[in-house]
Amino acid sequence: MSQTKRIIAYCCEHGGMGAAERAAKEQSQFASDVVIISVECLGRVDLLHLLQAFREGADAVFVAGCLEKNCHHLYGNVEARKKVDQAKRVLDSLGLGGDRAEMFNLASNQGLEFKQSVDIMIGRVERLGPNPLGAKK
Amino acid sequence: MIIGEQKPLKEICDILEGHHRILVAGCRSCVAICLAGGEKEVGILSESLRLHSDLAGKGWEIDEVTVERQCENEWVREIAPKIEGKDAVLSIACGVGAQTIQAMYPKVRSLPGLNTSNMGAPIEPGIFMERCGGCGDCVLHLTGGICPIVRCAKSLLNGPCGGSQNGKCEIGKETPCAWEEIYQSLKELGRLDLLEANIPPKDWTPSRSGGPRKIVRPEAVMSETERQLRGER
Ligand code: SF4
Ligand code: SF4
Repeated sequence: MSQTKRIIAYCCEHGGMGAAERAAKEQSQFASDVVIISVECLGRVDLLHLLQAFREGADAVFVAGCLEKNCHHLYGNVEARKKVDQAKRVLDSLGLGGDRAEMFNLASNQGLEFKQSVDIMIGRVERLGPNPLGAKK
Repeated sequence: MIIGEQKPLKEICDILEGHHRILVAGCRSCVAICLAGGEKEVGILSESLRLHSDLAGKGWEIDEVTVERQCENEWVREIAPKIEGKDAVLSIACGVGAQTIQAMYPKVRSLPGLNTSNMGAPIEPGIFMERCGGCGDCVLHLTGGICPIVRCAKSLLNGPCGGSQNGKCEIGKETPCAWEEIYQSLKELGRLDLLEANIPPKDWTPSRSGGPRKIVRPEAVMSETERQLRGER
């Protein structure tokens, strides 16, 4: 499937954003559209924000924040993982596929791993197909 | 407080089938504390329903409201403008709230989005336990402040059954034996003598067997004259 995928990444200012910037500098271009939304801490990302992104037509949404036990704000990344797990359950019960949501723990120097995270999500969208709501936007 | 949990999303979608203009109504009191039906949950459930509607082409219009206490007419009256034009209210307050809405707005269907479970308390973040069965004849003064009616699986009133093992109830290793807890509490209070008190067979008439229970506070009931002077309430 060669069509561009719409992927949203919520990144914390400390781990995720650093990794995304590093990826932008060091890695070859992403194979798809990745819209990066920067938040001070992943604790700010709520289940509502994840669902809103899908309603707006995102094919996949991931959350990237500090490594486990290394959150700049202590436990924002732990909270975010719970929200992502909730989102997966909602997406599964609506038939959209829980795999469209994911959480990655990245340090600010992990540009390669950020690129790999994007690739994982692209692979999942290829398997699940586009979000039907995307076509309507 | 009242403890409940949201019905599975799939079941809620099924219940809403055939309705189009839907108001999701939460309550800022008990069910907000047990993370089932407060303002935040109203927002998340509403967005999930919009997502379902968009995906399945339902054309639902989902609106949101959260009131201070959905079980009181005073608060429920205020949402009249929101109810206007809706064909269903999905209440995620407890069953009392859902019924209050139905009684006040008899032409709109009030549908339950929550399974109301019990009267309990948060014992640690995210964990809620039943604490009172509303038996109508409290015995906590004899049992060290621990309810034998709901915390003992058999509602025993005069000590544990033979299934009590190492402080746990025979129904499961997770469940403490209420009578072990009662013993420990009375010991702490220096009132082990209360274990000698023989609690007679319980009078269940004030409990839940004779239709809906009604409590009247005569001093608060309004006379005809008061009604006229203060206006209808
Ligand atoms: S409707 Fe009343 S009893 Fe029910 S959750 Fe709200 S405040 Fe509690
Ligand atoms: S004895 Fe009855 S009123 Fe008292 S806490 Fe237990 S169930 Fe509630």
